[in-house]
Amino acid sequence: MSLVQKTLAGAHVKHLKHTEEHVPEIIPTPKEVCISMSMHMGPPCKALVAKGDTVKVGTKIGDVEAFLSAPVHSSVSGTVREIVEMTTATGARCQAVVIDCDGQQTPDESVQPPKVEDHAGFVKAIRESGLVGLGGAGFPTHIKLNPKNLDEVDTLVINAAECEPYITSDYRTIMDRSQDVLEGIAAIKKYVGISQVKIVIESNKPKAVELMKKLTQNDSSVEVLALKAMYPKGAEKVAIYESTGRVVKEGMLPADVGCIVCNVTSTAFIGQYMRDGMPLITKCLTVDGGAVNTPKNVIAPIGMRFRDVIEYCGGYKVPPKKMLMGGPMMGTAIFDDSYPVLKNNNALLALDESQVEVPQEGPCIRCGRCMNACPFQLMPRQIELASQRNDIEALKKLKVMLCMECGCCTYVCPAKRGLTFSNKLAKQQLRAAMPRK
Amino acid sequence: MAENTPGTAQAAKEKLVVMPSPHVRDTITTQKIMATVALALVPSVIAAVYYFGIRAFWLTLVCVFSCMLFELLFSMITKRESTIQDCSAIVTGMILACNLPSTFPAWMAIVGSFFAIIVVKCLFGGIGCNFANPAATARVFLLVSFASHMTSWAAPRGVDAMATATPLRLMSEGNWEAMPSIAQMFLGQRGGSMGETCALAILAGGLFLLWKGIIRWEIPVSVLASVFVFALLFGQNPVYSILSGGVMIAAFFMATDYSTSPVTNSGKLVYGVGIGFFTMLIRVFCNYPEGMSFAIVLMNVITPHIDRLMMTKPFGAVFEQAKKS
Repeated sequence: MSLVQKTLAGAHVKHLKHTEEHVPEIIPTPKEVCISMSMHMGPPCKALVAKGDTVKVGTKIGDVEAFLSAPVHSSVSGTVREIVEMTTATGARCQAVVIDCDGQQTPDESVQPPKVEDHAGFVKAIRESGLVGLGGAGFPTHIKLNPKNLDEVDTLVINAAECEPYITSDYRTIMDRSQDVLEGIAAIKKYVGISQVKIVIESNKPKAVELMKKLTQNDSSVEVLALKAMYPKGAEKVAIYESTGRVVKEGMLPADVGCIVCNVTSTAFIGQYMRDGMPLITKCLTVDGGAVNTPKNVIAPIGMRFRDVIEYCGGYKVPPKKMLMGGPMMGTAIFDDSYPVLKNNNALLALDESQVEVPQEGPCIRCGRCMNACPFQLMPRQIELASQRNDIEALKKLKVMLCMECGCCTYVCPAKRGLTFSNKLAKQQLRAAMPRK
Repeated sequence: MAENTPGTAQAAKEKLVVMPSPHVRDTITTQKIMATVALALVPSVIAAVYYFGIRAFWLTLVCVFSCMLFELLFSMITKRESTIQDCSAIVTGMILACNLPSTFPAWMAIVGSFFAIIVVKCLFGGIGCNFANPAATARVFLLVSFASHMTSWAAPRGVDAMATATPLRLMSEGNWEAMPSIAQMFLGQRGGSMGETCALAILAGGLFLLWKGIIRWEIPVSVLASVFVFALLFGQNPVYSILSGGVMIAAFFMATDYSTSPVTNSGKLVYGVGIGFFTMLIRVFCNYPEGMSFAIVLMNVITPHIDRLMMTKPFGAVFEQAKKS
């Protein structure tokens, strides 16, 4: 209804960026790692190694042909102890390769800087690097960089909004690896044919905004934008709209409006990978929460178990009550601390008793806060009602499929209703009712 | 070895809380919202006590306590979880009291509370489910049941006893000599229900609610603006129309009731204009000098239809064109 809307709605969540000034520490190689084969959106990889095999740093240990997937590499050198079947945090089953580390960290012979000449070669190299969207969604980057309408793509949006509470790993990427970021941007610009770059950062990180502005001041194609610090500015469609004014409509991909959105840490990885060819085997994590002794940023080998990461951060202060992979708005609660670090993890939060609330749902008072907080102006309460009566037509009309599950509606609800979850449920109902093609 | 396999029962030594995201919540609660509304009504109650004496305070207490008691009794009789702690009954009681003359008998006020809480609110499912505003409906009910008591006004402090007729009555009689001045109207030196006369106190509470984000601007603005416009169209004095009767309290406190007003912001505008229109229509063309509570209840009934017709247009939504068959 609004005539001119420049910014989309959202929720004012607390920033809680305690670890902001903490330069990430590289964790020494653990005794063992457990590398999940499901660290991307598509179907999980199949393990390419067997029990007893020797692997080196960067050895490809898992791959699959399917769409929306990326290969998996060993983050350590050592011997494969076993291949286990694990339950992911979201309840799916996949293989995991457990490796006993030898502590030598011998690099694999195959690790060589990629020789890239054109777009196709670039896409292939990125696929081989195993890179997925490091912001959290785990969307394979090589697919993003290879849109059907390559000629129409003119804009690269570097997403450094980092709107989730606690997380500071992307901020540290800007502050500590700005050269990698610039090289990554240059590589994407060169091979994908980009004419303008927008770097979006929330205004609560003034140092990062200042640094990027300084570093790009001589490049007129790059614009650094300080977005209003309001969750969820880092959501893909939101970042595109706020930086370019383009609207990614229902059923469209960012490329359909000429945009590619790339997380800043993914971009930095591309810069580094083009130089040394080492695939994605480590991940910068923010470790925080009331149950952790010394919250800090760490660079952990992928596959390192969370309990070992916590151990490195001084262990538990008090027994954790809830553990989250990712931030508190969209992160996944895990069942135990034996879960391994994934490619798309950017935070590990161990919350203590006082930080965990299991609110009691009250009746809806029709205040409309959920609707006004929704960045896309969906009507979560109406979706909940339609979902309860299994009204597929109404769900279609209410456009529930646009919901990105950012959590704003649940966050602002005074009656503490689990609206994000009922949206998720409604999406499943709608999918189930759709005719299979 | 099983304890090393994520997602197995053996791995989980300490039981962790597992639930869907988000894992943080805002501190706002239904109770806090209702308590804030009650707080915003305090200036009006103080004004009522100032103008109409301590009886106004006792009558307010009677309404608040009887509303709370009826809500408590209902949950006990129906063996449901008590909803008394959400403070909404306090708000209903205070608004109901604001809508009564200061001389109103206490037992009739209790009957009004019964009607508001039991008949209008609880029987339709309690908070959030009632289709009509409890206080407005109770006012209509009391007006129809106890017409003379509902329209016999005490003289407010600073006004001589002759001027106890409400400005609305004076206006409809064309008696402009006895009319209070606009300044007097704004301060509340006029006849009327005890909480509706002092526009200043209502405005203070209403602006507080706007500032706190409890209510949105759409309903108050559209109600006041449409009363102004329709007063002009119907040949009335627009400023007097806004300051007389229950327009002010309705615009900020009664029409803005979440349960009975449309949920979308555009729907709220339509709803507010509807209230303004029907209020002026009843005032000018019907027997009743005041039409505010009728207008609210009427628009409450239309609210589900406004909601159905005026949904939001989500960001990036594509609506299929109606297929020609």
